[in-house]
Amino acid sequence: SYSSLPCLNEEGQTFVLPLVGKLKKQISADPTLCPEYPSSLGLAEFTKRATEFALGKNSLALMENRVFGIQTIGCTGAVRLGAELLKHWYNTRAAWCGPVYLSSPCDGNIFEAAGIQDIHYYFYWDAKQRDVCVEKLLADLEQAPEQSVVVLSASAHCPTGADLSEQHWALIIQLMMRRRLFPFILLPVQGLCCGDLQRDAWPVQHCASQGMELLCAQSFSHCFGLYGDGVGNLLCVLKQSSLLSAVQSQADRLVRALWARPSVGGARVVATVLSNPEEVKHIVERCMLIRERLRERLRLLGSPGCWDHLIKQRGLYCCTGLNGQQVEFLSKRRHVYLLPNGCLNVSAINSSNLDYIAESIHLALTSAL
Amino acid sequence: IMSVFSEVPQAAPVAVFKLTQDFNNDQHPQKVNLGVGAYRTDEGRPWVLPVVKKVEKLIVHDDRLNHEYLPILGLPEFRSSASKIALGDDSPAIKEERVGAVQCLGGTGALKIGAEFLRRFYNGNNNTKTPVYVSAPTWENHNAVFANAGFEDVRPYKYWDAEKRGLDLNGFLGDLESCPAHSIFVLHACAHNPTGTDPTQEQWKKIAEVMMRRKLFVFFDSAYQGFASGSLEKDAWAVRYFVSMGFEMFCAQSFSKNFGLYNERVGNLTIVARDGDNLKRILSQMEKIVRTTWSNPPSQGARVVAITLNTPELFSEWSDNVKTMADRVLLMRAQLKAKLQALGTPGTWDHITQQIGMFSFTGLNSQQVEYMVKEKHIYLMASGRINMCGLTTKNIDYVAESIHEAVTKVQ
Repeated sequence: SYSSLPCLNEEGQTFVLPLVGKLKKQISADPTLCPEYPSSLGLAEFTKRATEFALGKNSLALMENRVFGIQTIGCTGAVRLGAELLKHWYNTRAAWCGPVYLSSPCDGNIFEAAGIQDIHYYFYWDAKQRDVCVEKLLADLEQAPEQSVVVLSASAHCPTGADLSEQHWALIIQLMMRRRLFPFILLPVQGLCCGDLQRDAWPVQHCASQGMELLCAQSFSHCFGLYGDGVGNLLCVLKQSSLLSAVQSQADRLVRALWARPSVGGARVVATVLSNPEEVKHIVERCMLIRERLRERLRLLGSPGCWDHLIKQRGLYCCTGLNGQQVEFLSKRRHVYLLPNGCLNVSAINSSNLDYIAESIHLALTSAL
Repeated sequence: IMSVFSEVPQAAPVAVFKLTQDFNNDQHPQKVNLGVGAYRTDEGRPWVLPVVKKVEKLIVHDDRLNHEYLPILGLPEFRSSASKIALGDDSPAIKEERVGAVQCLGGTGALKIGAEFLRRFYNGNNNTKTPVYVSAPTWENHNAVFANAGFEDVRPYKYWDAEKRGLDLNGFLGDLESCPAHSIFVLHACAHNPTGTDPTQEQWKKIAEVMMRRKLFVFFDSAYQGFASGSLEKDAWAVRYFVSMGFEMFCAQSFSKNFGLYNERVGNLTIVARDGDNLKRILSQMEKIVRTTWSNPPSQGARVVAITLNTPELFSEWSDNVKTMADRVLLMRAQLKAKLQALGTPGTWDHITQQIGMFSFTGLNSQQVEYMVKEKHIYLMASGRINMCGLTTKNIDYVAESIHEAVTKVQ
């Protein structure tokens, strides 16, 4: 699904980045902010930053003014809006009903809700190999009719190791260009969470640099602990700037029949953080430091296994490799909460809880379970 | 290779937004915006309700607050308190546990979810052909929301009598009597947008009688509770009457205006079901619909409303804030009428004070409106609708004089 569990810290509460907490307080005290209806397209400062975040500031598409971004209610809202846009306008002669290709497993419910019935799945995760099977994926896409829409995840469901490499992406995109398939890219947890900012957005940037048109659904809920104020962005890259106004106007019209306008609270926070690259860099650096210290603690405790992957991965999350039983042990016996797949929110670790967490992991690994 | 979007036509701009845009671009020193439906103080500024400021501070400084995703159906304490405010604390339907709610993205979101549900489940599993009736005239987005939810037959019901400048009750009742069975009717709970003309209690009773007899579906749109008369109870009379009559019904509530939470998108779809079992099943389907629309609603605004409604002192403060807004509107109505009468402007102007809520259908025709906009830089809708909140003690003379000019110079 498009939204997964938030990451919890040891008190069982989600971790709200201190910066976000500070910003929320600043925003609430700001006398110049007033209660007006926001634009149906959302907060301009947010969509600008979010769009740049995905495409890169120097994107040709941006400079040629053939990109628009619309603030949505989280990633689901972005996917829904994108689906509605395709349904109504992908084939202007008649309402478009598909085909849409999704990775399996993934649910097509949002597309169905938008009235797109023709949904197919392409091969993605090979459970035996515990990896993506690119050959099968490519074979399935080869079979897709021209002009099919293909939904792809740029940064896969919170780092499970199931990310596609750049070479894989290049192959997929090359095939899509040849077969005239339309990319709809999901970017639910970008940059801070799964890797460096550039790496996650690479597929989006590569498609754009190849001159493709695309839709991209972004979400900023996870990165900033803003679960309760889901902020999303639907990004659209067009071939010509002359089309921008018309397509955006139709997307705008669809927004008004969905939720009229988005809520601004979360968007203000995200826009502020995104416009402060130093803050973002600081967060990433701090996470690196914590990863190094955690690895060192585990080494000193004599924890079994190799923990290099902690520092090879970057960003807010890391995949510990702990199994289901070990994860349950941590939550039930030690009140340390990881995602069911063993992913840990690094930013929730600080100097006061680092030792406890390292010990807990050590116990999970060494206790008879 | 051509763009896949190369044949997409430009959508027409939304009239009311275009109006505000034109207003913003206008440099005339005496310009007045009587277009957009949002409250303005006598200084012409948006107003953060004092109680809202207070509660927002509480929220932001409360470190214990859970920052997780809200449940799909929304914040429980918001949903129940919001439904209570519409139906009344002592509502028998609530006591009978057959009232439920879905937190939505503003009033629009509530209409959307209700519409999507009805299209799937109201009368059989495919209601694309079921007629949906909206008042003539109505808030123009009603059409888009229901059409986009898949209803192919969205029609007007007679409502505004332009000659009489009042409710066309006979026309309305006539449409209720002659419409296809199982038709869905969107009713404005109070402060009708755009006419400001509400049925009287006696008239509502007649409407309810026909709807009950003919088994038509009641879908209330309640965006102005408290704003119309200044009294939350009074403004909820129609909704509560229909509930007391035993209707199964929906009520789409918006807290944008009565809480001034325009940018937090706080809405609630209240569901009055036949019984608890029906309610349970309805909510389970609503959840599926929400899951594919926005998945989890935003928490900020809902928390503000929930805390306010559930805390007696804050509730009382909010009621006062709402009355402040409603009173200012009433004052502007009284003053505008008085000034037009003093100027001897031709025609009767009683409707200005008889109409209720934010909006007034002045009765100006489109040429007169054009005159107002182009010559006097006073921006109002082509229908003659004005937002009373756009009037202030500073601009009311100018507006009254301009209306006088428009009426006397332009036919």
